[in-house]
Amino acid sequence: MGAKPMTTDHARPAVTATAMRKAYGEHVVLDGIDLDIPAGSVFALLGPNGAGKTTVVQILSTLIRADGGVLRVAGHDVVRESDAVRAAIGVTGQFSAVDGFLTGEENLLLMADLHHLPRRERKRCAADLLERFDLVDAAHKPAATYSGGMRRRLDLAMTLVGRPRVIFLDEPTTGLDPRSRRTMWEVIRGLVADEGVTIFLTTQYLEEADRLADRIAVLHRGKLVAQGTPEQLKRQVGGGHITLRFTDPRGHDRAARTLDVMARDDDALTVQIPGQGDVRSLRALLDRLDHASLDVDELRVHTPDLDDVFFALTGNPVAEQEPTR
Amino acid sequence: MSTATHAFTDSMTMLRRQWRHMLRYPTLVLTAAGVPVIFLLLFVYVLGGILGSGIGGPSGGRDTYVDYVVPGIILMTAATAAQGTAISVAIDLNEGIVARFRTMAIARVSVLTGHVLGSLTQTLLSMTAVTGVALLVGFEPTADFVEWLGVIGLLVLVIFALTWLSVALAILARSIAAASNMLTPLMVLPMMGSGFVPTDSMPAGLRWFADYQPFTPFIETLRGLLMGTPIGTNGTLAIGWCAVIAGGGYLWSRKLYNREPAK
Ligand SMILES: Nc1ncnc2c1ncn2[C@@H]1O[C@H](COP(=O)(O)OP(=O)(O)OP(=O)(O)O)[C@@H](O)[C@H]1O
Ligand SMILES: [Mg+2]
Repeated sequence: MGAKPMTTDHARPAVTATAMRKAYGEHVVLDGIDLDIPAGSVFALLGPNGAGKTTVVQILSTLIRADGGVLRVAGHDVVRESDAVRAAIGVTGQFSAVDGFLTGEENLLLMADLHHLPRRERKRCAADLLERFDLVDAAHKPAATYSGGMRRRLDLAMTLVGRPRVIFLDEPTTGLDPRSRRTMWEVIRGLVADEGVTIFLTTQYLEEADRLADRIAVLHRGKLVAQGTPEQLKRQVGGGHITLRFTDPRGHDRAARTLDVMARDDDALTVQIPGQGDVRSLRALLDRLDHASLDVDELRVHTPDLDDVFFALTGNPVAEQEPTR
Repeated sequence: MSTATHAFTDSMTMLRRQWRHMLRYPTLVLTAAGVPVIFLLLFVYVLGGILGSGIGGPSGGRDTYVDYVVPGIILMTAATAAQGTAISVAIDLNEGIVARFRTMAIARVSVLTGHVLGSLTQTLLSMTAVTGVALLVGFEPTADFVEWLGVIGLLVLVIFALTWLSVALAILARSIAAASNMLTPLMVLPMMGSGFVPTDSMPAGLRWFADYQPFTPFIETLRGLLMGTPIGTNGTLAIGWCAVIAGGGYLWSRKLYNREPAK
């Protein structure tokens, strides 16, 4: 891989944006977005379909132009110094960006050539990446014959040729099975830990942002409606809740009156009560249930996740976010 | 390395990529050579007897017609190949890989240069194949060594021009089907020129068009070089047309490509 100097550029911002705007005709997609992402961190942009995640990535990766705003990536202005930005970034777009006619290895060698790697290094770079992304067996097959997951892995491998300092990943795990998803997460964590790379990723999976990101921003109707660490966002929502299911309507009804319930569902015979999943409060709850001789069929602890964050911030379930066009 | 050397190495990288595509999926290459060969056989064996006598060489008939029609067929190869180029450019632009190229610090136009140089080599190969078949069915060129060099030079210019034009049209068309359709008229142009019959046998309106469209000087110059017929001003006209089409096609392609991708 490329021999770019490994400057420790932590603390310096890797991506900043001030008042980023983009409209397609009447349709305002981004309505003043501010970002400040420190180098060496993982940033997750969260939003449902059509929120504008891809648009943000395309603008920051010089693919399309914003209508307004001051944008800097890796210390360079995205518009005026787009070539310097391009030299510092790697992009794995939402849709596969591999050459289907070429084999996996040829795809990687193509990238090595375009990064002007020295002849001997390019072979080694390709071999390393094939190994790392578990593509050795498929190295000599055309990428068009790859499964979705293999394609995605090749896609990311190609992005890493040339050792970019800032990597954009647009929905890197959409369409991957749970195992591949975990592999992808490990690769992403490794990049940050071992090479100090900055990762800008978008996702619709709240769990993914929660697990990977140092900071998360939620995109809704063209604006960032929340920004912070996963913990901060969860705090905004308050605690989690506990769901109790009862065997008979009478018990259910009695519980609903005795306990401090947030919500009840008469068909499913459940009640939700506020509370955390810690042992002490669970024991207290169980004691109360025993005391009242309530016969509980099932108990589920729901720790707050980013779904709750989304609900709390926008007042809508995620599925209803897509703008009507 | 300077920007210019980068532009060169990147274009060569893209050219190698094109060659790989061609080797792996030779369909477009074979079509580019196959269609003109079919036309050649059709015109020589089905229509050649009559057309040859109409053209009225010393012996008339099929043998005269082979020599008359081959330059037109060779240039038709340039047109079918241009259609192939348009299709492969359109396929490429619809692939994510080009979006990736756009986010990389490479010479921007190198993707297109790769296509053009790839098509150039591929079309020259197709033309060699077509000429081979022509020789088998009785084509007897009179060109000497220098004239053959002239033939190659002219063909390179024509291919270069038509390829840049087809690249621009392909970017404009965006979809693969539209790109293919847009280039179809190009295939008909050799027939609506002096490729298959002399233009003075055509009705006035068509004849006017035939005399002024670029394929006629291309064909007349090629015929002159191959068969020793008079070239006159056609040589200059052919080179002029090539320069205009190539320059225009290049600038237009570059402008269209630098435009924002529409998703
Ligand atoms: N080229 C375009 N022309 C017109 N509208 C566009 C264009 N590109 C995107 N849009 C609109 O901008 C909005 C945001 O699109 P974008 O692709 O950024 O969303 P997204 O958050 O990436 O969604 P998804 O999760 O589905 O990928 C959508 O409403 C889309 O219709
Ligand atoms: Mg998207």
